[in-house]
Amino acid sequence: MGGQTLVTGVIGSDTHIVGNRILNIGLEKAGYQIVALGALTPAEEFVDAAIETAADAILVSSLYGQGELDCRGFRDLCVEAGIGDILLYIGGNLVVGKQSWESVEQRFLDMGFDRAFPPGTRPEDVVAALEADFARRGAGGRGD
Amino acid sequence: MQAGHALLIDFGSTYTKLRAVDLEARRLAGSAQGPSTIATDITEGLQQALNALEARLGALPAFRHRLASSSAAGGLRMVTIGLVRDLTAEAARRAALGAGARVIGTFTHHLTRADIATITDWQPDVVLLAGGTDGGNREVILHNAAALGSAGLRCPVVLAGNRSAADEARERLGALEVRTAENVMPRHNELNIEPARAAIRQVFIDRIVEAKGIERARERLDAVLMPTPAAVLEAARLLADGAGTDRPGLGDVLVVDPGGATTDVHSVCAGLPAEGVIPRGLPEPRVKRTVEGDLGMRHNAATLVETVGIAAIAREAGVPEDTAEAICAGFAGAVERLPQTDAEHAVDAALARLAVGRAVARHAGTLETVYTAAGAATVQHGKNLSGVSTVIGTGGALAHARDAGSILAATAADPHDPTSLRPRAPRFLLDREYLLYACGLLASVAPETAYDLALASLEPLAGGEPP
Repeated sequence: MGGQTLVTGVIGSDTHIVGNRILNIGLEKAGYQIVALGALTPAEEFVDAAIETAADAILVSSLYGQGELDCRGFRDLCVEAGIGDILLYIGGNLVVGKQSWESVEQRFLDMGFDRAFPPGTRPEDVVAALEADFARRGAGGRGD
Repeated sequence: MQAGHALLIDFGSTYTKLRAVDLEARRLAGSAQGPSTIATDITEGLQQALNALEARLGALPAFRHRLASSSAAGGLRMVTIGLVRDLTAEAARRAALGAGARVIGTFTHHLTRADIATITDWQPDVVLLAGGTDGGNREVILHNAAALGSAGLRCPVVLAGNRSAADEARERLGALEVRTAENVMPRHNELNIEPARAAIRQVFIDRIVEAKGIERARERLDAVLMPTPAAVLEAARLLADGAGTDRPGLGDVLVVDPGGATTDVHSVCAGLPAEGVIPRGLPEPRVKRTVEGDLGMRHNAATLVETVGIAAIAREAGVPEDTAEAICAGFAGAVERLPQTDAEHAVDAALARLAVGRAVARHAGTLETVYTAAGAATVQHGKNLSGVSTVIGTGGALAHARDAGSILAATAADPHDPTSLRPRAPRFLLDREYLLYACGLLASVAPETAYDLALASLEPLAGGEPP
């Protein structure tokens, strides 16, 4: 498996880059092409990068608890830009305070993300999810 | 060491300008100009200019090199096409500007029928078609290639997009003349504009010279090498980087050219962020040219007034608003007009200061403070010019100004606006003899001579040190 192009980055005013780098290394090892946008990335830049590189998925990280604000309208942005069917993942410390993971996950799924990952997710979990989703969608993910 | 003379010609929109250089003495032997006669026979204006040069020198030397640049007949008019505005479309625009082109339109995403009609109507000299990273989006560049291929365009196309789509795009461009270059953005956020620049320049040499009616002068020349703005950019690169082993160059350089229609800014520097500052957006080219179409002092005087406001111009010039307004209106209607009265000089200098100040502010990057959970972070957008040590002014407006130093001072950083990354403490030099373009041309055959000539001709301003 692998070979698909993935856009990764840390959204919003968030400088936590270490986990994202570790994720990128794991994804690259699994054979994916990584377009790494790094820290402090606005939502629009994820979408622009995905268009130019014909990416198959966007993997958004958010570590500082503001993920819900930063990601509001993310799927709509993709729809507007003509890549509405792209695979969208989100992961990290998505909210502040003690909230049940189930409610947090549901909130991000309702926002149009295909999957949400809690803190402590390992790169191999993400790879397994990608493989399952790409297999389900058919080889090549989105394609053109 | 080369002996003999070189003749450097600028076929401009109004004048045919000549600079004769003594290669051994490394100095300007003489200057002359004639009218631009591109509409009838370009050799007429050239002959008049040569006659004037002969009268000045006594006799014309046998020229060892005869090189020309041209901004005649509207310059190199280009349309650039990319996919996303801030990515491949911006990279394509930068490649065209760096090649000395006048970018008359930039298009993104799928070209519509209306876009194609507009482009066909404009009759550009060259179209630069980009889009998609290598292995990335193919669909849009293929759509656009097919649309251009069936549009009835006549001009050559430089194809510099997704290399996985290059062969098919070429086929879809049909009968159009196509030059393929490396992708202007091979990977996301990786700028690669030199190959496209070189391809545009080759098209200029092979095709545009003919299309613009310059070929009649061909037997009197070795070559028409590049558009005049590209020659100025070459001179900036030469001054920054030096020539040979014992001419290390001046380091980071900025060149401003406030003209009648536009204000051009050229920079040669890495422009990287200061320590701890996080860069954002497309990386900046080390050799960068920008053109501000709304900041011109004659053809666009009205636009400049609209952009900065008559009140700012009057305040800057120290004249009443109605006086400033009348003088600006006069300038807008009289393109070749030089200032006569004191008030006209004051308004002219004010226009120049505002034009170069704004143009450099747009060319330069900016700092933004972002508040993160871990505290404040500083982000840089664009190119950091704060370390630029030399600012050079060129063009008629500066050469004729009473106080060019005060105009060039408007390029420097403003302590009241620390977010604008303009040169912090530069020295100012003036290209009073209008030799930069000539040095840019000469650099292609005698870089060391061109370097020495450029250095010797630049005049330090405002008590600065000579270079």
